[in-house]
Amino acid sequence: MSEHDWPLWEVFVRARRGLAHLHAGSLHAPDAHLALRNARDLFTRRGEGVSLWVVPADAVTASSPDEKDPFFDPAADKPYRHPTFFALPEGVEHL
Amino acid sequence: MAERPTQTPPMPGSDRLLAEVTQAGEELARTHSGAHDGPAEADEEALAARFKEIVAADGKIEPRDWMPGGYRASLVRQLAQHAHSEIVGMQPEAHWIGRAPSLYRKAVLLAKVQDEAGHGLYLYAAAETLGVRRADLLDALHEGRQGYLSFINYPTLTWADTGALAWLTDGAAIVNQVPLCRTSYGPYARAMVRVCKEESFHHRQGFDSLWALTHGSPRQREMAQAAVDRWWYPALAMFGPPHSASTHSERSMAWRIKRFTNDELRQRFVDVCVPQAEALGVTLPDPELRWNAERGHYDFTPPDFAELRRVIRGDGPCNRERVAHRRAAHEEGAWVREAAAAHARRRAARSADAEADSGSGSGSGSGADAGDAAGSGGAAAGTDRPGGARADAEGMPA
Repeated sequence: MSEHDWPLWEVFVRARRGLAHLHAGSLHAPDAHLALRNARDLFTRRGEGVSLWVVPADAVTASSPDEKDPFFDPAADKPYRHPTFFALPEGVEHL
Repeated sequence: MAERPTQTPPMPGSDRLLAEVTQAGEELARTHSGAHDGPAEADEEALAARFKEIVAADGKIEPRDWMPGGYRASLVRQLAQHAHSEIVGMQPEAHWIGRAPSLYRKAVLLAKVQDEAGHGLYLYAAAETLGVRRADLLDALHEGRQGYLSFINYPTLTWADTGALAWLTDGAAIVNQVPLCRTSYGPYARAMVRVCKEESFHHRQGFDSLWALTHGSPRQREMAQAAVDRWWYPALAMFGPPHSASTHSERSMAWRIKRFTNDELRQRFVDVCVPQAEALGVTLPDPELRWNAERGHYDFTPPDFAELRRVIRGDGPCNRERVAHRRAAHEEGAWVREAAAAHARRRAARSADAEADSGSGSGSGSGADAGDAAGSGGAAAGTDRPGGARADAEGMPA
């Protein structure tokens, strides 16, 4: 396996307890173990994280922008899912 | 003259620049599509119109979006040059790590040089989202088909040069890079927010190191002044040729890759530097440098653009040395890359053996190496627990 074949890993960092892991960037590494080591050195040099995930970039399935409109269509015509859709009579509170 | 402070004063002007980085970071965090996401159109004209609309609304172009070929090519060129500058830029200062005047300065310099490697990696990763491979970009650098910033081709003759280089060229880099936090290509903008936050440490440690010298013995003051004399014009030249002679500026600005002209950025840098030089007690080597109340800016002598062209063409004081060193580092590091790959293969084989032995498919990553996985620092420690879930991926959905 040469450097050219090293897979790409997507790195997710949990900044602190109570927060979700957020995508921080990507890097190349021969395996998950070294990807984690590299991710620590690359993305948490200043205490930016308390937990790391590395995910093979190939394992990510993405919705493509080409599909965007029909793919996200179901959300477009249901404004009643938002509470602000409903008008309340004046003076009604806690609702 | 005002009373001399006893410790490094705040650097005039740097807070305002940093506030811009924070602001750009916050803008990225907000929902920010800029334009409405219209129906997917197969024809190029509609795609081009949508691209223009997003850029005009200060939205971000993302890797899987349609983009004009020229936009992609410009970004690859700029990102590659930027990434190369980060990693070749490690050399002038690395030159002094072994000879730093104290353990403290050595530790700081090591951290800075390590950051530059990191910046290179962020930027190569951003370039790869455009469909190029990092290995090919490195080949292009090693074969001289792609370049890096010209100032890196000047030597660091004394310890004071590391301070002057960081204060002036990292200062120029910040002025150049802060607007790039708002560049139209999403991965580039996100990388730049990280880079700029770290770059301000580089800038300040340089100022701090020069401050120590300008408040030291007469010989130290002399050394600091001589280094500032050497680095002022290479720093001014970093902004590139004047806008009128710049080959890429016009288009890059239309695409909002670039947001200010070379001349505007150079002026901004001079305006920021003058009060900092006064605070340091050094003289900037330009007799024409003076405040112009009418323009509200400092007048200054522009750098020698003929020299800039010469250095870019390869005739600077250290061009051959820098590229040869870069090539040697890559070749001499080959065994590390091979060892890492061999290690990965061995772990994979052991893990396959362990699975065959236990007869269960449930993955212990590779229990055999659990011992050496407990590295320093929290995140990677205890990566693999024999037979158990992966400790580092706590909470990851199955």
